[in-house]
Amino acid sequence: MAKAKTKEKPVAKGELGWKEIEIGCFITEPGNSVEIRTGDWKSRRPVVDLNKCNKCTLCYFYCPEGCIAKNSDGYFEPDLFYCKGCGICATECPKDAIIMVEEAK
Amino acid sequence: MAKREGLEVSVAVADAAMLSDVDVVSAYPITPQTHIVEHLAELVANGELNAAYIPVESEHSAMSACVGASAVGARTFTATAAQGLELMHEVLYVASAMRYPMVMTVANRALSAPISIWGDHSDAMAVRDTGWIQIFVENGQEAVDNVICGFRIGEDKRVLLPVMVHLDGFALTHVIEPIELPEKKDVERFLPPFKYPLPLDPEKPVTMGALGSPFIYTEVKWAQEINLEKAKDVVLESWQEFGKVFGRTYSPIEQYRTDGAKVLLLTMGSYSETAMVAVDKMRGDGKEIGLLKLRLWRPFPYEELRKAVKDIDVLIVLDRAVSFGGPGGPVCSEIKAALYAEEKRPQVIGFVGGLGGRDISMAGFEEMINRGIEIARTGSEREFEIYGVRE
Ligand code: SF4
Ligand code: SF4
Repeated sequence: MAKAKTKEKPVAKGELGWKEIEIGCFITEPGNSVEIRTGDWKSRRPVVDLNKCNKCTLCYFYCPEGCIAKNSDGYFEPDLFYCKGCGICATECPKDAIIMVEEAK
Repeated sequence: MAKREGLEVSVAVADAAMLSDVDVVSAYPITPQTHIVEHLAELVANGELNAAYIPVESEHSAMSACVGASAVGARTFTATAAQGLELMHEVLYVASAMRYPMVMTVANRALSAPISIWGDHSDAMAVRDTGWIQIFVENGQEAVDNVICGFRIGEDKRVLLPVMVHLDGFALTHVIEPIELPEKKDVERFLPPFKYPLPLDPEKPVTMGALGSPFIYTEVKWAQEINLEKAKDVVLESWQEFGKVFGRTYSPIEQYRTDGAKVLLLTMGSYSETAMVAVDKMRGDGKEIGLLKLRLWRPFPYEELRKAVKDIDVLIVLDRAVSFGGPGGPVCSEIKAALYAEEKRPQVIGFVGGLGGRDISMAGFEEMINRGIEIARTGSEREFEIYGVRE
């Protein structure tokens, strides 16, 4: 699909113009999905209450997108660039630290 | 100099694929296309053609195998007709959207039911929007020439698209015509080796056919549309180049005795040959009638059409397929749409005829043209009329 131009995570890559698309929408560089805003279709997004979180890591392991990462303080936070809003993290969190809120455009 | 000889058109089409030095043929036999792939199988078995022949269990698999072959950069050929083309249908979109050049001859045949092995254009019209370049030929020589041109057009780096060459089932596939098969060395001069820019290659991996989420699908489709529209320049260029090497050139809309004509008939495929005879007869009777033969169906030649009809009063269009419950013949409705915004446009009168192998004779064309002129004067209760139906 996209010509992967950089390995760094972009702000909103994937929003390519039609002239930039590779022939046949082929992907010419492995792993270019890091550049694509795969989370653009969620209708609800997870919000973490760090006061309730006990850093148990369950959300990190359950997230099917692998988009939850440990931040510098050791808390786990979803990356909304990729998060698809499935709500699994919120369901699995034993501390009810994650709530799903409507995406307001 | 290549010599002209009497050849069955299907055999000549297979020879044209061989002269084009195809690498892969995958096909499933279906009347009236069978002789084409049968002859190719013979050529491969005899060692005359060095190609992989992939026999498959259905047309769906045939087209899928062709897609795979083209993806590794092989020059690929197949042929089909009617239900076979319909069975390929979903894969046709994949071949064009993933930009795999290949040439497929379609021996145009009516779609069931009732079962008909005879010719019309209902199969072609059902695949109108699949994104392939589509050329209709009128005789055996044109079929041979356009198979060779098809490879050059489709494989051009500016194009990279599959090409359908439509030839009427039986009326062309099963007749013996005087055909000049080009010399191999001239074909080599005209048709450079195929080099697909992004083939499947373990040294340089690519992903083909990935998911296209809503954020990208629209852009991909627009790129595809612009690419197909632009392919017209390459089609024209290839036909010109073909003329330089082989002495025969083609154009998107061929005009026959249109000088001074106020009424034109438009046909596609082999029926154009009979229509020419009808036009000759009517010209002989002092009537100013001419003929347009639409050869390039996709990308549609808007400019050429508008130019060809700008000074006429009536354009009579013969469709050999029905858009059921819709505007009549698909070709006629497109032509009406193409002319709608023109300040000065002819009346466009649509007929459907020649369905399921029903012949239209010279007298039949004359009758149709006269009826068309009458409708232009008096109007008709219907959007389109069907020619030759019994009450
Ligand atoms: S909502 Fe689903 S995708 Fe998003 S962070 Fe939670 S588990 Fe992952
Ligand atoms: S599952 Fe809940 S408690 Fe455990 S790390 Fe995630 S947010 Fe914190």
